[in-house]
Amino acid sequence: MATIKFHGVGIKAMSACVPPDVVYNKDLGYLIPEEEIEKVIDNIGVVERRIAADDVTASDLCYKAACQLMADNDIDPASIDVLLFMSQTPDYRIPATSCLLQHRLGLPRETMCMDISLGCSGYLYALSTAFAYASMEGENRVLLLDGETFSKIVNRRDKVDWPLYGDAGTATLIEKGDYGDSTFMLYTDGSGLEALKIHAGMRNPITAESLVEREQEDGNIRNDLEVFMDGMDVFNFAISKVPKSIKQLLKTTEQTIDDVDYLVFHQANLFMMDFFVKKLKADPSRVPHCIQKYGNTSSTSVPLTISSELAGKLEGTHNVILSAFGAGLSWGAAMMQMRDCKVSPVIEY
Amino acid sequence: MNLDQFIENFADLFDETDPDTIQASTRFKELEEWSSLLALSVIAMIDEEYDVEFRGDDIRGSNTVEDLYKIVETRVEELD
Repeated sequence: MATIKFHGVGIKAMSACVPPDVVYNKDLGYLIPEEEIEKVIDNIGVVERRIAADDVTASDLCYKAACQLMADNDIDPASIDVLLFMSQTPDYRIPATSCLLQHRLGLPRETMCMDISLGCSGYLYALSTAFAYASMEGENRVLLLDGETFSKIVNRRDKVDWPLYGDAGTATLIEKGDYGDSTFMLYTDGSGLEALKIHAGMRNPITAESLVEREQEDGNIRNDLEVFMDGMDVFNFAISKVPKSIKQLLKTTEQTIDDVDYLVFHQANLFMMDFFVKKLKADPSRVPHCIQKYGNTSSTSVPLTISSELAGKLEGTHNVILSAFGAGLSWGAAMMQMRDCKVSPVIEY
Repeated sequence: MNLDQFIENFADLFDETDPDTIQASTRFKELEEWSSLLALSVIAMIDEEYDVEFRGDDIRGSNTVEDLYKIVETRVEELD
């Protein structure tokens, strides 16, 4: 178990950008029987989602979010020491997308750039990396861009995945300053490889066959370059690990659930989040949701939820828990004292 | 562990199915209301009521309510 503590670094500002094109789950009659659609929407909580156009990538959405963050907070691009890009839908396989973003954002050549690749837990891991770099001597500011366009890797005839996922990009600025303690607790169980996976890659080389759509379990259609999720196994994983990880975090930080001002979950699905709230005896009014508007945006969902639901609410000091979990299997939780975090409202591109 | 209580917990997950029609021998996947979302409710109920993990394969490999109960019973005994 990795338990990491930081002091004197924190989140200065956040922003998010979503595509303007809305897809409504009530229109999924071709995939789900009409009489079940309403029940599915109630359960997963996704009423509508944003889907990126063919020529818009996660890095485009992150770029726009970063420009907004820098404009709203009067940030000089030359003051950014480290740029991290967290995504599983990068622009290219080579080079790392963070390098393109350095150039596009006009950051100096002295900027250290690096991509991070993880599933829905990714923001927590990337944020802990950002905090680590910002803690080091010689580096003061880290720009973390977390964006995903799962619409490009989910088959529209996959009834497990397609109703859930949406696209978004976010920017988070981390810096040294007069910030309180932050504690990250991060976990991995690689035995869960098969629960959430894209089959084709280097282990299973990509051939022309990989692109052939096939009928898979329960009539779902996908090719080998598209995401598979065993919904029941992922659900079992999440409900057995997530509440425990938050209880452990509260114990480690000597806090109770009532000391937490906001508990921000990865927006996996509403049924699951309601289960966590019940199990943790958390106050539902302190658990913001944006899944109804934006769906599950993978690792982007934690910062997107903050931008969407907590803009203007993070003035002063607030105890915030972030919790995320996903493919790997990989999960974690972080407790941080957020101070005067400037959150820009969500923009569109 | 008690089979009748398990059946009651299981039947409570359904909105439209008459609880009296659900018995140990009920082939639950043949119930009209059964769905992949209900499967998640079963996993959640088993976690809450019995504090054991229940996987997708456990549901896929079960036919009757009693099949589910037997897996839960074995897991609970493993914990003791």
